[in-house]
Amino acid sequence: MKKLFRLLCLSLLVLSFASYAYAQEEIKIGVIYPLTGPLASTGQVLLEGAKLAAEIVNGNYNLNMPLAKGQGLPNLKGAKIKLVTGDHQGKPEVGMAEAERLITQEKVVAIVGCYNSSVTATASQATERLGIPFVNESSTSPTLTDRGFKWFFRTTPHDDLFSENFFMFLRDLSKKKKLANNTVALFAENTLFGTDSVKFQTKYAEKYGFKLAGTVLYPAKSTQLTSEVQKLKGMNPGVIIQTAYIADAILSMKTYRELNFAPTAILANDAGFIDPEFVKSLGKDANYILSREVWAKDLTKKKPMIKTVADMFEKRTGKPMDGTSSRAFTAMIVLADAINRAGSTEPAKIQDALLKTNIKADQLVMPWDGVKFDPKTHQNVLGKGIMVQVQNGEYVTVWPFNLATKEIIWPFPKWEGR
Amino acid sequence: MEGVLAQTLVSGLLIGFLYALVAVGLTMVYGVMDVVNFAHGDYLMLSMYFSYWFFILFGMDPLFSLPVIVLIMFGIGIITYYITIRPIINSPMLSQIFVTFGLLILLRGIAQFLWKVDYRMIPETLVSGSFNLGGIFIGRPQLVAALGAILCSGAILWFLKKTKAGMALEAVSEDKEAARLMGINSDRMFALSWGIGIASVGVAGVLLSNFFYVFPEVGGGFCLIAFVVVALGGFGSVVGAFLAGIIVGLVEVVSGYLIDPSFKFMFVLSLYLAVVFIRPQGLMGRK
Repeated sequence: MKKLFRLLCLSLLVLSFASYAYAQEEIKIGVIYPLTGPLASTGQVLLEGAKLAAEIVNGNYNLNMPLAKGQGLPNLKGAKIKLVTGDHQGKPEVGMAEAERLITQEKVVAIVGCYNSSVTATASQATERLGIPFVNESSTSPTLTDRGFKWFFRTTPHDDLFSENFFMFLRDLSKKKKLANNTVALFAENTLFGTDSVKFQTKYAEKYGFKLAGTVLYPAKSTQLTSEVQKLKGMNPGVIIQTAYIADAILSMKTYRELNFAPTAILANDAGFIDPEFVKSLGKDANYILSREVWAKDLTKKKPMIKTVADMFEKRTGKPMDGTSSRAFTAMIVLADAINRAGSTEPAKIQDALLKTNIKADQLVMPWDGVKFDPKTHQNVLGKGIMVQVQNGEYVTVWPFNLATKEIIWPFPKWEGR
Repeated sequence: MEGVLAQTLVSGLLIGFLYALVAVGLTMVYGVMDVVNFAHGDYLMLSMYFSYWFFILFGMDPLFSLPVIVLIMFGIGIITYYITIRPIINSPMLSQIFVTFGLLILLRGIAQFLWKVDYRMIPETLVSGSFNLGGIFIGRPQLVAALGAILCSGAILWFLKKTKAGMALEAVSEDKEAARLMGINSDRMFALSWGIGIASVGVAGVLLSNFFYVFPEVGGGFCLIAFVVVALGGFGSVVGAFLAGIIVGLVEVVSGYLIDPSFKFMFVLSLYLAVVFIRPQGLMGRK
């Protein structure tokens, strides 16, 4: 009896020790976001997105996405991922130092970050030098993936692709609806955001066979846009593609109405047109504007999984999920999936696994066609934006057509009949 | 082409009247007491917020809240004078600049603290939309603003030229000492000029809020234009500011249309430079 008891004790001890070691297995992943400073609120949202992804990977959830079912990473004996945070305050030099600290002192196996394109640029230099994989979730400057970096991967589509989306949308639409004519006018504020956008839009207008009626650039702090809208009116374009921040977005809409100018469509380049203030200030006059977006709340209607994840996010943070948190979430899932397939925490093996990433559209909370990295640039080639339209004061998805929740209202109605 | 140009001229004229009204208040304060008020645009911001809140809280359309806000702004002008300007009236110009500049920062800070940095706009105003006049579209709120600006500037001019108090103001602006010897209380005249100056920018703010959004820094852009207008029209001249306002509005819109909108401010500022070179005292200024 005594012997049996001893054996039992011993086996219990061994078992508990084993499970102890088992539970201790943690894989550290660095996340670098602007957690203080002027972008602090955005940084928190990003971090919450990444944390939710880690929670889903570590716990057992019945969701159709990599690693949701079962606890932890199965190929690493159920190891859990642990996020170690770094704060770059929106400063490129701090971002780089944080990346170095996380790698050399915290021994993270990979890094996710950094939101601001400028910070992502410097932090990824550190990871490149130290040979650690870096997955970027939402920096959209196209040059980031043109640097030939071996350790840098980007899941979000970048500005160049977003610009192409306008014309993909118009091409798709021309099969369903009538375009008044094949001309496009570009209308943008004249800082980096506007001028860069115009550059890409010009490139794709030509590629997709649209005629450029003209380009109007204006000082971002204009107190009135009358002459600009007059010029546009004179060009008589079928479609206007407009890049503006919130103030000039509101002002331009007021001026369109004042001068009774209604082209077939106004396609807006995100930013000012999707600011919550836009619909609030303009009321009914904001209706029928089309804008590109990275994510929309009503996607949840088409993909039930998005709703589950969005609800979990809202329950955690009290804030609705948006294009920022959903992208941070997705980057973390993509990285965890690669580490699991690598079956190791060795950087070279994770890098190799990232290159072989192939996540399907229905496994994502994004409106993308999937995640697959270009072998050379390491840019996700299946990323895609969506087009939303303001209908009755709400943003609804109207393109890609398979994700649309509402039929597009086309053409842009004349002002008098409203 | 003619139609478009006519439309452009009309639009330029409409915004020009408003620029004029903003500048009239600025030039008055300068004319009477030689103090440049850098915070002038921020009083514009203040009255736009008043107009916004009167609408949101009491449902009062800007056209109805206008008289109330003008009175409030008049009071604020006088209070500003007694608290901040009076102590530095005989100080060197540099300290006066610092005080009004400090006022600018203070007002923006208060606005940002109280009302956040959001862009706000009155959603449904009594006058809205536009009408078609022989192929030219005229925005109703813009037209109301232009008419209001003309009336208000006219009233100020009438006050200065035809009333006793107005003539006393003019006397002070011409020669403080002589005016004092004639028994004019210059201190009260200064306060009055601040009151009227701020009230007139208050009118501009309310009219502007009919079709423009308000945010803490909204005054900056208008104030810069007001300075150009004042310098162009001649420092201290109400009639000059009025004419210059119209000219600036026209130049901005027409050059933007004919040449390139990116450079519209360049043309406005070049015009100003040209005037400074050829006629340094401005269009209607005294030597």
